[in-house]
Amino acid sequence: MATSFARPKAQELFESQKLALAYFAVAIVLFGAQLVFGLLAAYQYINPDFLLAKLPFMTNRTLHVNAMIVWLLVGLMGGVYWFLPLETGREVVGVKLAKFIWWVIVAGVGVVVLVYLFVQIGPGNALTLWFINEGREYVEAPRWADLAIVAWVAIFLYNVIATTLAARRITGLLGVLIFDLVALGALYTAGMHYTVNVTMDQYLWWWVVHLWVEATWEVLVGVVMGWSLMYLLGTPRKLIETWLFLEVALVFGTGILGLGHHYFWIGTPEYWIGLGGFFSALEPLPLVAMVVHAVYDAGAHRLHTVNRPALFWAIAQAFGNFVGAGVWGFMQTLPQINLYSHGTQLAAAHGHLAFFGAYVGTVLTLVYIAVQNIRRPATIPLDSKLWSWAFALMILSIFGIAGSFTISGFAQTMIERAELGSTWNALIQSYTHPWYANTLAWRFGFGLLFLIGYLILVYDLLTIGRKEEARAH
Amino acid sequence: MDYSWIQIAVAAIFLSVVVTLILSRGYGWLSPTFWRNAAVVSSLIMTFVLLWLTFDTANRIRAGAGRVPDWSVINYEIRLVWDPEKRRQIPAVGRETGFFGKIWSREEAYQLINKGKMTLQSRNCMECHQILGNGAYYATDLTRAWLDPWWEERIMPLTGAKTREEAMRAWLKNPPAMPQGPRKMPNLRFTDEELKALIAFLKWMSAIDTNGFPPRFAVAQ
Ligand code: HEM
Ligand SMILES: [Fe+2]
Repeated sequence: MATSFARPKAQELFESQKLALAYFAVAIVLFGAQLVFGLLAAYQYINPDFLLAKLPFMTNRTLHVNAMIVWLLVGLMGGVYWFLPLETGREVVGVKLAKFIWWVIVAGVGVVVLVYLFVQIGPGNALTLWFINEGREYVEAPRWADLAIVAWVAIFLYNVIATTLAARRITGLLGVLIFDLVALGALYTAGMHYTVNVTMDQYLWWWVVHLWVEATWEVLVGVVMGWSLMYLLGTPRKLIETWLFLEVALVFGTGILGLGHHYFWIGTPEYWIGLGGFFSALEPLPLVAMVVHAVYDAGAHRLHTVNRPALFWAIAQAFGNFVGAGVWGFMQTLPQINLYSHGTQLAAAHGHLAFFGAYVGTVLTLVYIAVQNIRRPATIPLDSKLWSWAFALMILSIFGIAGSFTISGFAQTMIERAELGSTWNALIQSYTHPWYANTLAWRFGFGLLFLIGYLILVYDLLTIGRKEEARAH
Repeated sequence: MDYSWIQIAVAAIFLSVVVTLILSRGYGWLSPTFWRNAAVVSSLIMTFVLLWLTFDTANRIRAGAGRVPDWSVINYEIRLVWDPEKRRQIPAVGRETGFFGKIWSREEAYQLINKGKMTLQSRNCMECHQILGNGAYYATDLTRAWLDPWWEERIMPLTGAKTREEAMRAWLKNPPAMPQGPRKMPNLRFTDEELKALIAFLKWMSAIDTNGFPPRFAVAQ
């Protein structure tokens, strides 16, 4: 087993790496869809009559949120398909099956999107939950799609485990990956049941939502970022694996019971107030460790790398994860604060910053690494002017968006929750207050700026390294 | 369960540290083995604690077990009262009022609320509203919607309805026709049966003990 990965050369791609490219392509397209529906929803905040009857806010937001979850998950899985053959030194076992299920999934996503767009809602019965949507935020996908997702993750898990077994050698990174994927898949099945008891419903729903983004996804990111740093900086395996273990200990050690910060007010017993507040307050610890790790690694190499956009996104990821998840999450995780901020625009501020920082940064790192290896011969170092524009614009605008949400969140928390007692009237009083009403336009404006950053990103991904490629021929 | 949250937290952390140290005898704290053990041990112990608490929680949140009301609560008046011991609002069940002009048996009430929950999901309510504080942030939190004074103050005069449930049904039939504030709810094409069920669900939910969320509901207007 190599202590570190060989630097890129014009080698043939493994089949699973070709599959990873298909994953990344679809991820980037869905990223665009996320932005379009997000902008529509943001515009409806400003002009509530816009498309009210044809494409209501709820549909745009469903598509905005679902597109995001799917593209990020697809991107992370693509990263595993990319690095798995490098880590095990062999082709992925069952890659044909993986390709087959992938096209089923792509077709399935297409059907789900069309149904969301054109059917939108159904009568209040089980058929609707099976075929139109389940009406549970983030996991709206109808039941048939849930089953397809479970099959998909199961095949993915089989690919990883069977390849590891065939390589007859397990590394720390692979061990963590398998441990984590088993949990990730099992958690999804916990959250796909119908129950009339809304407290029980939300209790299990958070197993998917929280234990995905604050536990299993974080660890998955730890694994693919570990591989990325080995590739980008040549960081020794032993260092990467030691840090990864430490991060897993802290992420799972705090995040599993940190789940309790969603059990303060849903009807669950009082002990969750103490447990959830205590453990979730510690959740930023591993995120600090990740920043230390990234800064140390990048500094030790004085930013010398084979791939500049990937390295910069990796560093941005470490900081973004800490700021978005750690700082904005901590801001509202203590129960005495959450009592007032719960379910306000402040949660949206945190959601945007955290998903962007932790997961968008990771997937873009992976995509740039893959892009480098499809330019022939691989360009070293990979660099361009454009990537830095996309990088700067997207970071600036996500802070603009989250900043606007934070200001409206403050107004909403104080007026609707603290002063006026959360009634219908209280909500109207809060969203017509200038701090809330006026920041809606900023939010939309920064959204447009983000879209420009995205378009530059796409153009750069299609062109970066091409000049050098042409010169070599 | 007779343990306080502090005892649980301290025990979980203490156990994680001690078991890790025992398993890692002979390895320095900078070695990968030490941290590998820490990762495995803390994950397993925390998972175990979560599962154990899940059993306890599941027992306490059964409908009728105390925190979550029995289905038949829809036949009664519901209010929020100040609990001097807990020092927060808790839901209180008052006199029998019936619901849509009738007294519902426990089984009928269950069927109705179940249909209401399905209706709530089928119309994707959560992508504008919050349910128990979770969901999107475009429209009102529905946790205590049944208890909102707005129905009596604004919607009953507007619709001419005699009771709160009838006012809710009349308004939800076609919300854009009677907009309340700049943001409008779309017409979700509910049938009368679905609306009855949905309102039963909302009434039942308003009697869940949420540890005081949303704070001081409707106290200041
Ligand atoms: C990358 C990691 C994370 C992501 C992607 C993330 C994302 C989100 C999202 C989308 C929500 C909104 C849920 C809803 O619909 O109501 C949320 C809620 C919340 N998050 Fe995170 N989060 C992350 C990490 C954290 C961390 C580390 C903390 C604590 C330190 C935290 C604290 C919270 C709290 C307290 C809420 C509830 C807000 C409320 O009461 O409305 N999050 N998170
Ligand atoms: Fe959470």
